[in-house]
This record gives sequence, structure tokens and C-alpha cells, in this order.
Amino acid sequence: MKYVDEFRDPELILKTAEEIRRLTDPQRHYRIMEVCGGHTHAIYRFGLKDVLPENIDLIHGPGCPVCVLPMGRIDDGLSIAADPKVIFAAFGDMMRVPGANGSPLEHKARGRDVRIVYSPTDAIKLAKLNPDKHVMFFAIGFETTAPSTALTLQRAKAEGLLNFSVFCNHVTIIPAIRAILDSPDMRLDGFIGPGHCSTVIGCRPYEWISADEGKPIVVCGFEPLDLLQSIVMLLRQLKNGEAKVENQYKRVVPWEGNRAALKAMNEVFQLRPYFEWRGLGFISQSALRIRDSYANWDAERRFNIPGIRITDPKAAQCGEVLKGVLKPAQCKLFARECTPESPVGALMVSSEGSCAAFYNYEHRKTVTISNLASVV
Amino acid sequence: MCLAIPGKIVEITAETTHSALVDVVGVRRRVDLGLLQEDQPKAGDWVLIHVGFAMSKISEEEAHDQMQMLQMLGESQAAMEEVRGYGLDGEEEKIS
Repeated sequence: MKYVDEFRDPELILKTAEEIRRLTDPQRHYRIMEVCGGHTHAIYRFGLKDVLPENIDLIHGPGCPVCVLPMGRIDDGLSIAADPKVIFAAFGDMMRVPGANGSPLEHKARGRDVRIVYSPTDAIKLAKLNPDKHVMFFAIGFETTAPSTALTLQRAKAEGLLNFSVFCNHVTIIPAIRAILDSPDMRLDGFIGPGHCSTVIGCRPYEWISADEGKPIVVCGFEPLDLLQSIVMLLRQLKNGEAKVENQYKRVVPWEGNRAALKAMNEVFQLRPYFEWRGLGFISQSALRIRDSYANWDAERRFNIPGIRITDPKAAQCGEVLKGVLKPAQCKLFARECTPESPVGALMVSSEGSCAAFYNYEHRKTVTISNLASVV
Repeated sequence: MCLAIPGKIVEITAETTHSALVDVVGVRRRVDLGLLQEDQPKAGDWVLIHVGFAMSKISEEEAHDQMQMLQMLGESQAAMEEVRGYGLDGEEEKIS
């Protein structure tokens, strides 16, 4: 109970939950996908499922960049770090992610020069501090982090800093949503749209989801009330037979996105013809590569990349969980061979992966909104 | 990496307009303003930070809510670790 006070305006939360119940047709089964891993984490942490009617299923989407990165890309990046002149720099989130021959952290323990940076610009600083070495930044993330990598590359080029490069693993959110909608075993009623990713791309790129696919999507903030309000907005649309893009997170997300960020991304990156996603397979035009004009800073062109491909064990059913066909606990490996401490599949790797979130919260709930009823 | 960290702009450095000194719950680090070129913040403004870059201007109220939300998610320690790490944990000064 000690956390209950943390929820701002518990009465409003309960009222919103009541509104959800009123809008729900008991004869209908609702399947709503939250695209973003941050939302998945919040949904489990706040125990939102407890206040939703049983016929609303939240399906956890592909929006966790660490989870969807194929293992072979980690091994490719680490293969560059085998050169003693190379410093492998990456965000802390990447350090424990296993490659076939161990995680970046394990490679560090074996004597490779592996460093955590918290910003891509710090990788540039690292390069300046180590002029005799080459700093390779292992870039990862959706449109939330891709603009920062783009600006960093612009700076490196402007300064003629040649002992620096980027191993680019940036992916884009729209093709992943398209791949999920194209999947034959998928049936969804609507989407909770990503929050911070949308501060960059805005709301317009989602319009095809409503116009062509006839599905509502609501761009959503990260607080419990944000999530519940977005579900209300989705249910209202479904009740009225509408399909629109709505923005629940207006206080942060502008409809047109961040033009400076989009401009930087466009100047530095171009779409790859295709890219492999862990759990989803190859998706066309779903990832970014570095443009020719920045070839000098592209690790994939400066180094020989082995192009390692490692398929997830057949028993791991990440693809089915990612598409919402299976719940995390329905996977044969869940909490047995596959745990957050020793992940087999993609979704157990990061705290934002749906399996890790389910594992961490489902059996040790510290707070749930349903507790609120007894204190309000 | 994916969760935004709220901070208050303390000072915009004159010679490098693309960076600002930002305060996140008492920890002060340099943050890049290059992605807010079209809507430059000024000292006293609040911003959301991703990987060392200010990504959007927000209200003070939203900033407090965001920090509280990070605490509720159990991510506030990781967020502060990230902020402390900006600038290679103080290495920055040695370079310039």
C-alpha cells in the first residue's frame, strides 16, 4: 500500500476505469496493441490489466529496440572490437545483451576495450581523448535516438574526426507496425501509439493505419492515467465505428513532430532495402543505413563485417509473443530456460521486453491500481 | 535510452549555442540543444532529454510529473546514472 500515494489523482483513475467499463461491449473481445516497450513496462508496473475488463487484451508490440535486434548484429559489432586499436562504445542498455559468444560486458572481461557512453556525442569525446585508437559507436534505437546519432555524425564530419565511426542499427517504427498488420494470424482492433518516438515523427505517419487499415491509433503518454485515457479514446472510436489518429500526449507530442530532428536523420541516413528483426524476420525498408556522403564514418564500410546470422532456438516462441498470438507465459521456455538473468529469446533481454516485464511484475506485484479502490 | 529525462536549462553556453548546462534534480551536465534548433529554449526552460540531447520543451509541471513517473517505474536511479554519465563523467573539462 505504501506506493498508492504515488498515483496522482486516484479518483480520476478510478473514474476513467469506470468509463472504460461503460464503453466496453461485453459481447466483444478487444485486442489493443501498445507498440512501445516503455508502455509495456508501465502497463505491468502499474498493474493496469487489473482494472481493465477481461475482454480487453493488451498485446505487446515490437517497440523495444534492444529486443528486436538480431543477435548476429551484436556479434558483428563485437567482431570489430577484436582489433586492439578499436574501442567499442555503446549505451549501458546494450552491455548485458548476449551475442553468440557473450555480451559486450563479457567481451570487456576478456580484455576487449568496451566502454559505456550515455550519449553518442560522448563517443566523439572518447575518440578525441584517444587519438591513437578508433572509437566505434554501436548505435541502436528507433526514431527516439536516431536523430542524436545523426547530429553526432554531422559533427564528426564537420570536425574531420576520422578515428570515429558508427555501427548503425537504427530501426523505424512504421514498417514494424505494417509487418504486424500484414501478418495473417494477427487480429487487432487498435493501437496505443508510441510517446517519445512520436515527438520526433509526429502523428501524421500513422494516418495510413486509420485511413487504409481502418484501425484507430492514439498516441499516448506514460502515466497510468495516460494509458487509461488512451484506451477510453480507442473504445469511443470503436463504439462509433470510427478509425482516426488521435493524440492523447499533446502536452509533449506535436502533430508535425520535430522538424530539426527529421532533417538531421534525412541528411545522414537512408532506408536499407531490408533488415532483420528478432522475432519478426526480415522487414523491407525498416531500418536506417548511413548515406554515402558519410561513408568515412560508417563502420560497416570501414571494417570487414562478418554478417553473422544466428537464429533463435526453435523452442523460443518470440515471434508469436511479439505478434500477440501467445502470452509470454504460454511460451515453452518462459521462466524455465529463459529468464531475465539468462535470456534465450529477444523479449526477455530488456526490462521493456514483454516477457521480462511479465516475469518481473506478474508474480511480485508491489502496487496495482485495484488497490486504490480500498483507499479512495 | 528510451525513457525521457526531464531537466531545467541553467545556462546556454555562448560560444557553443548547441549545448546548455542542464540541472536534473541537482545534477548539472551539458546537454545538446541541436535537435531544438527550430524552437530554441532559453535559461529557465524545461526540456525532456534522450541520450544527452534535449528533444522537446515541456512545462515545469510536466517535468515534475515525468520525474515522478520515472520513480514509479523504478527507473529514476538508471536515469540519474545516465545523467551523471553525460560528458564521460566530467572528462569533458579535461578535453577543452
